[in-house]
Amino acid sequence: MAQPTSTRRGSANRQGLAGWLFVAPVIVILGVFMLVPILMAVWVSVSDWSGNGSPLASGVNFVGAKNYEAILGGRGLTGQNFGLAIRNNLYYVLFVVPLQTIISLFLAVMVTRKALKAKGFFRTAFYFPSVTSSVAITVLWLFLFNTSGVINKALAAASIKGPNWFNEPAGVLGMLWTKLGMSETGALAQPGLFGISTWQWIQGPSVAMVAFILMAIFTTSGTFMLLFIAALQAIGDETEEAAMIDGATAWQRFRYVTAPMLRPTIYTVVTLGLIGTWQVFDQIAIGSKGDPAKTTVTPAFLSYQSAFVDLAWGRGAAIAFVLFGIIVAMSILQRFILGNADATASTRQERKLDAAARHLAREKREAESSRGAA
Amino acid sequence: MNRPTKAGIAAVALLSSLSLVACGSGFTSTTSAAPSTAAATKSKITVLIGSSGEAETTAVKTAVAAWSTKSGTPAEVQVASDLGQQIAQGFASGSPADIMYVGDQFAAYAKAGNLYDYSAQMTNKADFYPSLVQAFSYKGQLVCAPKDFSTLGLVINTDMWKAAGLTDADIPTTWLQLEAVAKKLTTGGVVGLTYGPEIARLGALMAEAGGGLVDASGAATANSQANIDALTFAKKLETEGVAKNSKDLGAGWGGEAFGKKLAAMVIEGNWISGAMSKDYVGVGWKGVELPAGKAKGTLVFSNCWGVAAKSKNTAGAVDLVNFLTAKDQQLAFGKAFGVIPSIQSAADQFKTDNPNLVPFVNGAAYAQSLPAQPGTKAVIDDLNSKLPGLKTADPKAILDAAQTNLDAALKG
Repeated sequence: MAQPTSTRRGSANRQGLAGWLFVAPVIVILGVFMLVPILMAVWVSVSDWSGNGSPLASGVNFVGAKNYEAILGGRGLTGQNFGLAIRNNLYYVLFVVPLQTIISLFLAVMVTRKALKAKGFFRTAFYFPSVTSSVAITVLWLFLFNTSGVINKALAAASIKGPNWFNEPAGVLGMLWTKLGMSETGALAQPGLFGISTWQWIQGPSVAMVAFILMAIFTTSGTFMLLFIAALQAIGDETEEAAMIDGATAWQRFRYVTAPMLRPTIYTVVTLGLIGTWQVFDQIAIGSKGDPAKTTVTPAFLSYQSAFVDLAWGRGAAIAFVLFGIIVAMSILQRFILGNADATASTRQERKLDAAARHLAREKREAESSRGAA
Repeated sequence: MNRPTKAGIAAVALLSSLSLVACGSGFTSTTSAAPSTAAATKSKITVLIGSSGEAETTAVKTAVAAWSTKSGTPAEVQVASDLGQQIAQGFASGSPADIMYVGDQFAAYAKAGNLYDYSAQMTNKADFYPSLVQAFSYKGQLVCAPKDFSTLGLVINTDMWKAAGLTDADIPTTWLQLEAVAKKLTTGGVVGLTYGPEIARLGALMAEAGGGLVDASGAATANSQANIDALTFAKKLETEGVAKNSKDLGAGWGGEAFGKKLAAMVIEGNWISGAMSKDYVGVGWKGVELPAGKAKGTLVFSNCWGVAAKSKNTAGAVDLVNFLTAKDQQLAFGKAFGVIPSIQSAADQFKTDNPNLVPFVNGAAYAQSLPAQPGTKAVIDDLNSKLPGLKTADPKAILDAAQTNLDAALKG
């Protein structure tokens, strides 16, 4: 490098300054609208702020981990409410994330098939619920799942007596346990994690929550279908053709070729799904407000309710941070399980090379055998 | 991606701490500005209300405009879409509305120091019903003038009543009679009695049984024998199939189940008159006082006019509240949207104007209100979440849990 050192350093400094100038607006905006509110929320979560004036005013005291202890300790109404919220949301996540991932992948594969006519129509139809406001969909759902609504009318036509969907607090697993003769007695009735008895933990989602689960799958499958379509198109035809030449059936092509190559997208979809489902709020706030019997209370809704309705702002902020912790933990866990995206990308490269090598080897074998035959 | 440099981290840290300080100082300057109680300034008064509909909004706007013209102080009425949330936001931001409807969060606001205590300046103080004064007193002081009130009564579908061969002489005055008429009124698609499955309706039965969630000294008595009797009675009616809660009937509230002719009687408040004349015009109805258990009992509900401690014109705000709670104005509100005046001197005129609401006005004499101390709302919500399942639940277990929670809330 022939350049004199001093000039290089000077220009680098000027460049650095210019760089900071260019990013300054973003830093200021992020600082004012994200960093500062987050820091204030951290403070509120360890204070006894009553919602009167500034949380930084002199009358507000530091209370340590009291708010966190109240929600995580499992004692009293506060602890039990949080435990119920975690249970409800856990089942919501357990049902929604796998189902929406599988269904969106299925829809994506179906609408990218060459044989399908009117692809545009189907893609639009499946994507439509995603671009509709969640408020509108929730209201629609309330009508559909009314006691005398369309769903129950349809069930009645099939001689099934539909439940009173949004007013039925019974857990779907709980009904099964009851049929098997179990009840809330003995060890099952003892308060367990977060002050919630084992019997309550194993109730599963309530019938009302099932309606919300169906709604979440209905609305988000379209969004994730779009991600899968993009990924499927990126795979390209030649891979598929190579597999066909190898004699793979449609299922084998999907299972051993397409699905592994979609791994980074599956990772993205599951991560986004986990984050979205743990934060479920608007459907609950509009649809049920936590009813029936608190079986649709979620941590996000509980946080809002603690702050704005019960005026326990510190507790509300503390719930928000616990929820944040849960989401981070879940994301790390599933990253660990699915393996990280970089590793997947490199294996994809290897697979392509492998496929190419096998292809060449086979050509060579075929050439040899034809020569042998000659 | 490059790693963030130390300078960058320092810049972000500096920036955030600066803005935190800026936020803090911005807030505190408004906090330290003590409300001036001396001379009435002419600074604008904002009134934040949660309206039941067009009629209420128009009536309040007209009244506030009349005061504004009289006093020369500009005033504006804002209708909240979510009153509790908007009030909370106002308090937190340090610039709340000057006057607002305050309901069951009254004590929590008062405890946080959000409400201006204007008891000394209330012109109608001696005229308010004692049960309302008690409901809106914090630490023995009435800090929030009762706006109006409503009580629960038994509302009867007169057509079904006649069809079942019942007359005015059959109007139930005891629980036994209530059960008997409910049985007679239960036919194919109609249940005899309905109510919202919440303590704000079933609490009336507790009051009739001589109970209540708290006793006169303010101690928790949720699992008293009287309360157990009350819920057991409701459970009995539900088990016999002569009563069903409004949720089981697929209705949003008792009035809807009644208006849709799913039930022949409902335990509801006088606000049902608005729904009946607007949404269920063809349904003949009549309100009567609730039947007595051990004694007569019902629940009273009310809102009050809260004046914000941080109002810039508390003198003007108090003057407006006094104007709004005066007899003429309360009677005008009663005429416009069916609420009962909170002052006793307006009762006779109101009864003459609204003969069908007389039983509800009479209820004020023996009504009790639900506890509204800080923290009790969460307890009542929890209790309400269990009442829809009353038919298959153990009333004592429900009330025992409520007792534990209520006791903790009242002591905390």
